[in-house]
Amino acid sequence: MCDQTFLANVFGSCDKCFKQRALRPVFKKSQQLSYCSTCAEIMATEALHENETLASLKSEAENLKGKLEEERAKLHDVELHQVAERVEALGQFVMKTRRTLKGHGNKVLCMDWCKDKRRIVSSSQDGKVIVWDSFTTNKEHAVTMPCTWVMACAYAPSGCAIACGGLDNKCSVYPLTFDKNENMAAKKKSVAMHTNYLSACSFTNSDMQILTASGDGTCALWDVESGQLLQSFHGHGADVLCLDLAPSETGNTFVSGGCDKKAMVWDMRSGQCVQAFETHESDINSVRYYPSGDAFASGSDDATCRLYDLRADREVAIYSKESIIFGASSVDFSLSGRLLFAGYNDYTINVWDVLKGSRVSILFGHENRVSTLRVSPDGTAFCSGSWDHTLRVWA
Amino acid sequence: MSGSSSVAAMKKVVQQLQLEAGFNCVKVSQAAADLKQFCLQNAQHDPLLTGASSSTNPFRPQKVCSFL
Repeated sequence: MCDQTFLANVFGSCDKCFKQRALRPVFKKSQQLSYCSTCAEIMATEALHENETLASLKSEAENLKGKLEEERAKLHDVELHQVAERVEALGQFVMKTRRTLKGHGNKVLCMDWCKDKRRIVSSSQDGKVIVWDSFTTNKEHAVTMPCTWVMACAYAPSGCAIACGGLDNKCSVYPLTFDKNENMAAKKKSVAMHTNYLSACSFTNSDMQILTASGDGTCALWDVESGQLLQSFHGHGADVLCLDLAPSETGNTFVSGGCDKKAMVWDMRSGQCVQAFETHESDINSVRYYPSGDAFASGSDDATCRLYDLRADREVAIYSKESIIFGASSVDFSLSGRLLFAGYNDYTINVWDVLKGSRVSILFGHENRVSTLRVSPDGTAFCSGSWDHTLRVWA
Repeated sequence: MSGSSSVAAMKKVVQQLQLEAGFNCVKVSQAAADLKQFCLQNAQHDPLLTGASSSTNPFRPQKVCSFL
């Protein structure tokens, strides 16, 4: 659309049709062009047409949304906790801190378990990434990243490497070596490159591919060996804060959560978003699949955790209490999916009965925000990391 | 003044909604029943749920060994 048109006596070749005509200056996307009067008129009507198309698309979108909601509402015949009424209530839980891992010099931001159910990798604000033996609390490896705020770290399925990243906008892979003479940092391999901070990373079923989430609003799948981008996932309207891969039996999908309050489920092969959920009232800090792969839980700054069922395509439970007003930073399920552990910014960990929707236990111990929480691969314990510089293993 | 890009963006939104509309979803009662079923079936194998004893849980304090 023309912002301003002046009549000027300029004669030359039109920037659109290239014919020799009397030209007038025209502004398109703040760039000045010279159009002949015919092309200028065409541009004006095109813009009108665009507005019509935009309006009709908007109304189509509204229609579809309305239809979808109607259809979904019809299928919402019962609440999860009603279905679970007859299920035996859970008894008292005695869960205590069994190990405290001390050694980080600043806030612990992320942690991950090794498949051997004993080793843990953790990363912190001061740039340090440490690999611990959780049985003995010994530190086995330590690496200093060239950046601060290492917000993401992950253990490779083989247990032979770790990946981490943060404010450096990259995800780097470090092979773990037990040779005292080798400097771990020397073998570092930069795999992912984003245009904003790295918020989450995870290896897929093998050491060969890594999935990353970034503050630039995208997720991406990378080949570790070549560093090549295999697939990118666009759709979030703001920073993506977390991701989780579907349990291997259910196939090639993953879920991501972001600052746009949306949780999106993606097909890894096509890059398409297959389902999206927008019921949270604030940033989604953590997403985790239910062990069967048919649902996932999310923890958000709106102080609630929610359960979304993928086959019913809707939210089926909310885990909240009026007394909980601080955001949930991290969630994970126990092995059977009956318990949901959630770490909060009020320094506590709440344990929820997934089926009944009630809180079964509240765990105190950390002296600052709980920033990360993962259940061990065999479900015998879970580990939480906090801004109080420590990690705790609970069982 | 970027009219064409907002049209393109709206087209994507409509396409996404059309994709979601074609999704065959299951009733909540069915989905909830399946979730409940999974929980109950796997409950015995869940150490944190059953409170596994110290003999099987490497993190819980071991009973003291005594030499005979």
